[in-house]
Amino acid sequence: MRAFAELLDRLSLTGSRNAKLTLVRDYLRDTPDPDRGWALAALTGDLTFSAAKPNFIRKAVEERMDPQLFWWSYDYVGDLAETVALVWPRRPGANREPELSEVVEGLRTATRAEVQRLIEGWLDAMVEPRERWALLKLMTRELRVGLTARLAKRAAAELGGVEPAEIEELWHALHPPYEDLFAWLEGRSEKPSSENPGRFRPVMLAQAIDEEVDFGKLDPADYAAEWKWDGIRVQLVNEGGERRLYTRTGDDISRTFPDVLDALFEEGVLDGELLVVRDGQVASFADLQQRLNRKVVDAKLLAQYPAGVRAYDLLAEGREDTRTLSFRERRARLEAFVSRQASPRISLSPLQPFETWPELAAMRAEPPAGDPQIAEGLMLKRWESMYEAGRPKGPWFKWKRDPYLVDAVLMYAQRGHGKRSSFYSDYTFGTWTQDEAGKRYLTPVGKAYFGFTDEELKQIDKFVRDNTVERFGPVRSVRAEPHFGLVFEVAFEGLQRSGRHKSGVAMRFPRINRIRWDKPPGEADELATLERLLERMEAR
Amino acid sequence: MIRPQDLLCPKPEGLYCAPGDFYIDPVQPVARAVITHGHSDHARSGHGAVLATHETLDIMGERYGLGFAEAMQAAAYGEAVARDEVEVVLVPAGHVLGSAQAVVRWKGLTMVVSGDYKRRRDPTCRPFEPVPCDVFISEATFGLPVFRHPDDRGEIARLLRSVAQFPERSHIVGAYALGKAQRVIRLLREAGWDKTIYVHGALERLNALYQKHGVDLGPLEPATTKAKQDFAGCIIVAPPSALQDRWSRRFPDPVGAFASGWMQVRARARQRGVELPLVISDHADWDELTTTIDEIRPGELWITHGREEALARWAELHGIPARALALVGYEEEDDD
Repeated sequence: MRAFAELLDRLSLTGSRNAKLTLVRDYLRDTPDPDRGWALAALTGDLTFSAAKPNFIRKAVEERMDPQLFWWSYDYVGDLAETVALVWPRRPGANREPELSEVVEGLRTATRAEVQRLIEGWLDAMVEPRERWALLKLMTRELRVGLTARLAKRAAAELGGVEPAEIEELWHALHPPYEDLFAWLEGRSEKPSSENPGRFRPVMLAQAIDEEVDFGKLDPADYAAEWKWDGIRVQLVNEGGERRLYTRTGDDISRTFPDVLDALFEEGVLDGELLVVRDGQVASFADLQQRLNRKVVDAKLLAQYPAGVRAYDLLAEGREDTRTLSFRERRARLEAFVSRQASPRISLSPLQPFETWPELAAMRAEPPAGDPQIAEGLMLKRWESMYEAGRPKGPWFKWKRDPYLVDAVLMYAQRGHGKRSSFYSDYTFGTWTQDEAGKRYLTPVGKAYFGFTDEELKQIDKFVRDNTVERFGPVRSVRAEPHFGLVFEVAFEGLQRSGRHKSGVAMRFPRINRIRWDKPPGEADELATLERLLERMEAR
Repeated sequence: MIRPQDLLCPKPEGLYCAPGDFYIDPVQPVARAVITHGHSDHARSGHGAVLATHETLDIMGERYGLGFAEAMQAAAYGEAVARDEVEVVLVPAGHVLGSAQAVVRWKGLTMVVSGDYKRRRDPTCRPFEPVPCDVFISEATFGLPVFRHPDDRGEIARLLRSVAQFPERSHIVGAYALGKAQRVIRLLREAGWDKTIYVHGALERLNALYQKHGVDLGPLEPATTKAKQDFAGCIIVAPPSALQDRWSRRFPDPVGAFASGWMQVRARARQRGVELPLVISDHADWDELTTTIDEIRPGELWITHGREEALARWAELHGIPARALALVGYEEEDDD
C-alpha cells in the first residue's frame, strides 16, 4: 500500500501529463500482481465496492484522541480525510501494514457493518500519514488526483509498448486486477480476447489541416467533405443484446441518454455527433450541456432537450466489423443503415459536394443556410481510407472555421503549475462597459492560458511583475487603464450566455491569438460587441 | 517565596531576566542579550553585549559582519557563566549548528529556555539534552497533532527515487539557508549521493562555515556553472523563495521539492506549487514536543511561540500547568 500511497501523493501534486505517465508506468512496472491491477482499476474508476462514507471516521478518531485537539487540527488543515490521516495515533503492536490487494478485497467483500472496523484496523496498522490518506481516498472510490482513465490506460500501454487504442478496445472485456492484461503487456502470454458484445471501439481522429502546405498536395477528388458539428463525439452500439453509448474516450454515458439508445433497433456500431435536435434542426451546445452529466433524466428534460446522433461512420453492421472497409464503402452502408432505422434521433451527417478547394473554402467562409451555419467547420475524409484508431496523418483532416476575435485587456494573472510555476501564465481579460453614471470600466469576460510562445510568456510575465497593483495569494491584479495596460487579441470558437460570469457571456476555447503591445487599452473592444455577436448567433 | 516571573518575564523586546539584566533572543536591540541560535529572528544585530555559543557568534558574524554587537562572549556547551546574581548555562538544543537552550539558575530556581529545538538525530549539530527544571519554556512551531515528521532518511530516499525516475529533469530542493540546507546536503551524502550538489549563491557562505566547523558537505558548486541542459539529473539546493523565482528557469524542467515541516499539509505544498514535498524539519514535531515535556516533567510549562493553545491543552490534560507567553517577532520556519 505504501507504493500506491506514494503514487497518489505524487500524482496529486504533479501538473505535467508526461510526468504523470512516467509515475504510473513505473508504478505498474515495479509493483507485483495483483496490487498493480487493483491500482489501475482505482485510477480508471473501475473499482466496484460500495463506497464507504467518510463521516464515521470522525467519530472513530475522537474516540482515540482529545476532541478539542482534533478540532483545532481539523480547523488548521481544512480537509477531514487529510486531518484524520495526520492525527490518527499509531497503535504499537497493531497488525502489519496491509497490501493494496488486501484492502480492496476487504472493501469488496465486507458488509456495511464490518467495513468501519476493518478501516479502523488498517489505519491503526499504517505507519505513514500518506498511506492513511490514500486509504481514506480509496474507500470513497473518488481519488481526485488529476489523472484521467485514458491517461492511466496509456501508461499501461507504454509499459507494454503497445498502442493505447489496443488497450481501449480490450478494456471492456477486461476485469480487475487485469492479470491477463499485464501478462500480455510483459510478453508472457497472448493478447486477451476483446470479444465482448457492446464494447467500445477506439475512435479515429482527424489532424488539423495546414492550409498553406496540405492543399497544395491534396487532390480534391480523393476527399469527401462534411460539416463538423458542435456537439460531442459518441459511439452508439447495439450488439448481442447490449445497447451502449460511449464518449470518444470510452466513458459509458448510456444511462444519461435512454432516448438515443432506444432509437437504434438494428445491431451495429455508429460513430457520430451527439446533439440536441428539435424538428430536425441542430440546437446550440448550451442545450446539449443541459443533458450532459445528469444523474437523473426525467420525462420533462427528455422532452425539452431531445437528443440525437448525427451519424458519420459505421464501424460494425450486424456482427460484421466494417472498419477495414474503405470510407466509400462504409459511407454507402451507413446511408442505408441510417435510413432503415427510420428514427428522427438518428440522422445522417450529409456530405457537402464540391469540385475544387477554393469552392470549398468559400462555403466554409459563408456556410449554406441551415445547420451548417453553426457548424464548427469542415471535415475532409479520404474516400479510400480505413477506419484507423488514433490520429493517423493524412486520411482525415479537420478544417475549422476561423475563430472569432476580440481585443480585451489583461486584468488579472495567476501563476501556472508544473513547468510554469515560476510564470504568471493564466490570464483573465476584460472588455469595457459602463456604470449607471456612464463611467467606463473593465469587466472580465474570460480566461486563457495558452496561445503564446515561450518567449512571449516571458515578456507577459515581466509585464505582470512590473505592473502589479495588488496580490491575492497566487493571483495578481495588473494595471489596466485606458492609457496603460496590455491588450490581447483573444480568439474563441463561440459565445454562450452565462449566469456564472458577471459579464453574462462565456467564451468557448478562448486563447491568446496575438499580443497587442501597440494598442492602448482604451481602444479595446466593448462588452456590447460581444453581446451583439451573441444575439446574432442565437437568431440563426 | 521566589516566583518564576521574578526571574524571567515576557516584555515587548523579548524574554527579560531582571536579576541578570539581560534578554534572551530579543527582537529589538538591547544592552545585554543571550542568543540561543543563529536564525535571524532570534539573532539580531545591534545589541550591546551578546552571549552565545562560539558557532552562533560565528554565524552572526557571517550574516551581519564582525561588528554585529559591541561585545561578544562565547560560552562552551555546559560552561556556567555568571550574569550578576544569575548563572547561565548553554546546553545543546539539536536545532542547527551552535543552537542552545539557555538554562538560567537563580536562588535555587532553574528555568530552561529551549529556543528552537528538535529531538531526532541531525548530522550537522549536537543532540538536544534534557535538563531537569522548575519551568520549561518551549517553542511550539509544530504544536498540533497533525505534525508528525517522518524519518528524514525516508524523505531523502523519495528525493533520490524521483531523481532516478526523471533523469531528464533537474531537482531543486528549497531549504532554509541556515541549518536545513546543510542538513539536507549531509543526509544526501549519507544516502550515498556523492555527485556534485549545486547550490544557490545565498547558501555559499553558510555552507563554508559549516564545513569549517567540521561538517563534511562533499563536492559543492555554484548553480551557475553549467548550460541549462547539463543540469538534467542534478540536485540543486536553494532557498525556498528561489523555487518560484525566475532564478529556477535556468534549469531543465525542474521538479520543485521543498524540505520543511509545513510540507506535511498538502494545501501548503499545493499553494506553493511544490511537486515533491519533503517533510524534513529542524523543529520538534508534536510527538517530540510532548515526549520532551513528559520526560522533563517541569513544574510549569511556558510556551513562547507557535501553536500555543494546543500544546498548553495537552500539558494541562497531563497535569502540567501551562502558560502561553505569545511572544511576537518569531517567524515560522520557512514560512515566507
